[in-house]
Amino acid sequence: MTVTADELRERTKKLLAEHGFADRLAFLRARFDAGLAWVHFPEGLGGLDAPRALQSVVDAELAAAGAPDNDPRRIGIGLGMAAPTILRFGTAEQHQRYLRPLWTGEEVWCQLFSEPGAGSDLAALGTRAVRDGDDWVVTGQKVWTSSAHTARFAILVTRSNPDVPKHQGMTYFICDMHAPGVEVRPLRQITGEAEFNEVFLTGVRIPDANRLGEVGDGWRVAQTTLMNERVAIGGHALPREGGMIGIVAKLWRDRPELRTPELHDRLLRLWVRAEGVRLAGTRLRQQLAAGSPGPEGSGMKLAFSSLNQEISGLELELLGEAGLHYDDWTMRRPDKVDFTGREAGYRYLRAKGNSIEGGTSEILRNIISERVLGLPSEPRVDKDVAWKDLPR
Amino acid sequence: MTADLLYSDVEDDLRASVRSLLTDHCEPAALLKRAESAEPYDLKLWRALAGDLGAAGLQVPEDRGGHGASAREVALVLEELGRSVAPVPFLGSAVLATNALLASGTDHELLGKLASGAATAVLAVPLSSGPGGFESTVEVADGVLTGRVGTVADASVADYLVVPAGDGLYVVESGFTVTELVSLDLTRRVADVTLSGAQGTPIATDAAAAEALTAALTAGAALLASEQLGLAEWCLEETVRYLKGRYQFGRPVGSFQALKHRLADVWLDLVSARAAARYAADCLARGDEDLPVAAAVAQALCSEVAVHAAEECVQLHAGIGMTWEHPAHLYLKRAKANQLALGTAGRHRAALATLLELPA
Repeated sequence: MTVTADELRERTKKLLAEHGFADRLAFLRARFDAGLAWVHFPEGLGGLDAPRALQSVVDAELAAAGAPDNDPRRIGIGLGMAAPTILRFGTAEQHQRYLRPLWTGEEVWCQLFSEPGAGSDLAALGTRAVRDGDDWVVTGQKVWTSSAHTARFAILVTRSNPDVPKHQGMTYFICDMHAPGVEVRPLRQITGEAEFNEVFLTGVRIPDANRLGEVGDGWRVAQTTLMNERVAIGGHALPREGGMIGIVAKLWRDRPELRTPELHDRLLRLWVRAEGVRLAGTRLRQQLAAGSPGPEGSGMKLAFSSLNQEISGLELELLGEAGLHYDDWTMRRPDKVDFTGREAGYRYLRAKGNSIEGGTSEILRNIISERVLGLPSEPRVDKDVAWKDLPR
Repeated sequence: MTADLLYSDVEDDLRASVRSLLTDHCEPAALLKRAESAEPYDLKLWRALAGDLGAAGLQVPEDRGGHGASAREVALVLEELGRSVAPVPFLGSAVLATNALLASGTDHELLGKLASGAATAVLAVPLSSGPGGFESTVEVADGVLTGRVGTVADASVADYLVVPAGDGLYVVESGFTVTELVSLDLTRRVADVTLSGAQGTPIATDAAAAEALTAALTAGAALLASEQLGLAEWCLEETVRYLKGRYQFGRPVGSFQALKHRLADVWLDLVSARAAARYAADCLARGDEDLPVAAAVAQALCSEVAVHAAEECVQLHAGIGMTWEHPAHLYLKRAKANQLALGTAGRHRAALATLLELPA
């Protein structure tokens, strides 16, 4: 039986009637237990097996009532990437253990994927996992790990068999970030802050019970994570002038003395593109709700990143003299991902990462041209070669 | 009410019927041959499209001789016409003239004739006219119209004119001459129209006439985006097909990353263009107050996407793309002409500046 919008509205009203907001965490736990956390998840795991599109019904009721939310910007990696992967490949025990505190934000997650020698070519990764009784012993180095400094757990991809071609010898784990041998070092970036980290794994023991998917099947599991990652970045419903374009449009209206004809034309071009991308996102969500997801999702992150970069660049030029200033170079350790929250210089510099993180624009164009347009792939020299024999 | 940006099942059925008809009539070699003949318009196709399929009367209410569908279905027909650069007077008659009549609220019998395809008409304005600030070049005295209008699309096959003149909007049945021009776009011709003492029937006057004209040009801009979308889709699909089959340096040309990325960018442009075109058509269908913004966004975006797609189509086909035999040039010519039609992208952006309160 499918849950209807009206039933969800009733369930939400009941939740609101039975629980106050005084204890934020208690409210979030009750919401999860009522199946109103992510309604498309199974019953008992924070959902009601409802169509994904109906989440908006619940969210609107809760927002109108001023209910606390689970702060998605702080726990976005858990929500957007770890949770769908655990749901699809995890055991019943793993579902019970991890999903609830993940959703409430009690336990923050990070993603131990990229390595110094394996970025866009993720399947080249070399962090070794060696079986030892009921445990695996993991050694290697990961990089660009957002939230590693606040994370309780990580999703981790490793090399478990170096003797087979690279895509076949990977295994995927849940890693306890408090385990002995896990060392997190801040990685200061272009903005001055240390949003990212390097993570060194030295003889970290991971029980086999924390494996996600079969031994050697890590690439397939990682694909689920990566696909969800690209949907999660830039996939939210926004009103017109939501996001970066709204910031610049407001600046334009508020500061007539900054206007020039050349900047005017660029502003309007970017406004039109931003509106096109916003409408395309709306159309994508309508397709999902109608049960026929189109390929548009592959492109949204690519479109979003180039727009953010161009608009934030325009903002600095528009500001003129003030664009030469920066708000604060202090090395900070932010606990949330924030593209727009600081000042113009920060926005400009942070946006440079949008075309690199979560799949570079070049990799995304390859995905579109090969998987959407069906163009032939480049010749591959690494396909049938054991990982250990690959040049690096 | 929120906009519906998807295609309905009924629209998909309509698309299939129109595409099937166009596939039979718009084979590239036949298109080229016709473009150089004395009959550049395919009136047999037009009769099948307007008469048999009822495509010209989609937007017209049933009690006025039409099919009581909406601008969404008209947009869909335009997508297919754009895909095949079909040489039919759909834009001039079923879109511009029909919307002028609809917006004027007239009960003139012409609307029914246009809806059934029994007659065609054009809105006598230069094709380059955008929705705002139109100055008529036709004078009127006691219902008699005199003057010349340059660069009118589809005029060479028009039975009637809908003419903005003086302070009114007039239907003209005779007393005008059409002088063919050499058109950049081989599959949509432009012509000069001269009125020398033509008798006009007024269908709107004063503010109502100005509003009807603006409404027609706005509807035209909103709907032209769908033709641009269809055109760009053809260009992308055809280029992808070619690059998969063309071998150089021992591998399919389409496996080179430099080319793949360019096509991925065209595809990404299309994702936004499709959403913007659907939104404009849906706003027009629902009479949404956001229509002026939606139409301006759609033209600012889709006109440039179509030109970009057509230019990439020529470039990536390389030598063959420069030949007369290959249809790529027909698409480039239509795309470029459409970029100037019903307001350039720059003029639509300027209109947005006012609508959005982002002044220069």
